[in-house]
Amino acid sequence: MMVLGPGLLGLGSLFAWAMAGLPAFGDYHGPYGFVLNRVVVPLRHTTNVVMGTTFDVRGVDTMGEEFILYAAVVGVTLLLRDETRSKQAERRTRRLPNDTARLVGIAMVGGGLLVGLWLMAFGYITPGGGFQGGVLAAGAILLLYVVGSHRDYRPFRDVHALDPLESLGSGGYVIVGLAALASGTAFLTNLFGLGTTGTLLSGGSIAILNWASAIAVTCAMVLLFAEFLETYVVPLEPEDSGS
Amino acid sequence: MSYLPYAVAGWIFLVGIAGIATSKNLIHLAVCLTVTQSSSYVLLLSVGYVKHGVAPIFLGTKLGTTAVDPVVQALTLTDVVVSVAVIGLILALALDAHRLSGTVDPDGIADVSG
Amino acid sequence: MVLATLVPLQAVAFGLVALGAPLVVLTRDPLRQALVNGVYGVSLVLLFVVLEAPDPALSMLVVSGVGYPLVILAAIARVRGHERTKDGDER
Repeated sequence: MMVLGPGLLGLGSLFAWAMAGLPAFGDYHGPYGFVLNRVVVPLRHTTNVVMGTTFDVRGVDTMGEEFILYAAVVGVTLLLRDETRSKQAERRTRRLPNDTARLVGIAMVGGGLLVGLWLMAFGYITPGGGFQGGVLAAGAILLLYVVGSHRDYRPFRDVHALDPLESLGSGGYVIVGLAALASGTAFLTNLFGLGTTGTLLSGGSIAILNWASAIAVTCAMVLLFAEFLETYVVPLEPEDSGS
Repeated sequence: MSYLPYAVAGWIFLVGIAGIATSKNLIHLAVCLTVTQSSSYVLLLSVGYVKHGVAPIFLGTKLGTTAVDPVVQALTLTDVVVSVAVIGLILALALDAHRLSGTVDPDGIADVSG
Repeated sequence: MVLATLVPLQAVAFGLVALGAPLVVLTRDPLRQALVNGVYGVSLVLLFVVLEAPDPALSMLVVSGVGYPLVILAAIARVRGHERTKDGDER
């Protein structure tokens, strides 16, 4: 406590000092935003400039962020997977007793998946994209935990099956970048046909990178949650009932 | 001249740090960390805001309309998603600490050695 | 006038976020905190929308609605579950 007060005070004053050097709110005059808002639509044919920025203009940064996600999931897996194996037999999955609740839940799984896919697919045209759609789709997939018994969850329970898919998402991003390198241009150069502005067939490699990150995010989130939730899943054949 | 949005970002940051420092529960601590991180979203989006600007999505908006900065939005977007993975990793570490020491109190964990 | 360049809606959104952060931090029980954090997340979504940032708003919406609660609640459940089995052993 005695360190915290003065520490926060010092941090606060340093922050205030730093902020005083920024242009006032709404008085933005950095060139990049204005330049991108002018050039991304004509040059990349994506109407959502944010996605054009994420997957093209600063595509290398996004690759780094994808690997943060990857590293975090690897860390969680390393920390939790071993322990969950021995604890599995202890818990029972409870079936939802109410059929109406199950029905509503199943509708929510379908709806969540649909909206998630829509967010992914139209990410570079309207607000959305692989990141948001991925989290939502993963949440919908995990709702199966709630509405179904563990049997329904079985395809996802075997989390090892998701590992290669997760790697495909993250690796696919790098492969698209390397493909540009192999064709003699810079890493992650947009070398696919740009298509018609405002349609699903626009953006060239932006669309591919969007889908790659959608797969990576969905798998990362499902893996992350599955590792946490696995204690609640009873294996179909109890391995050791002694523990 | 208005610096109020930046002050809000700084306030959230300090509140989050205070929460982390005084936390008695590792799960509480992890959530406080996401609060601290949320100050970065507020700061980024405030810096990139343009007065009377529209969202940088040019579907139905004429090209050349004054729009807010897309770069900070792209940064915020990935920042938000990555924060889930980060809190997941921190909570996994918290669970590991709980398994080894039997407590989620950061002060209690310090007593356990080896 | 400090608020001169702020649209009233933006001022309200900034105010909500500034109020929400200490509420999240001061809620000491993790289970209650997960709920308060969700409300704080919605206030951030509101702020992003009035700052003309639909992409981060969607991102924050799915993260505070799906991402955070799932991870936090699972962690709480596991900690409490461990404590319960430990008590059971002692009995």
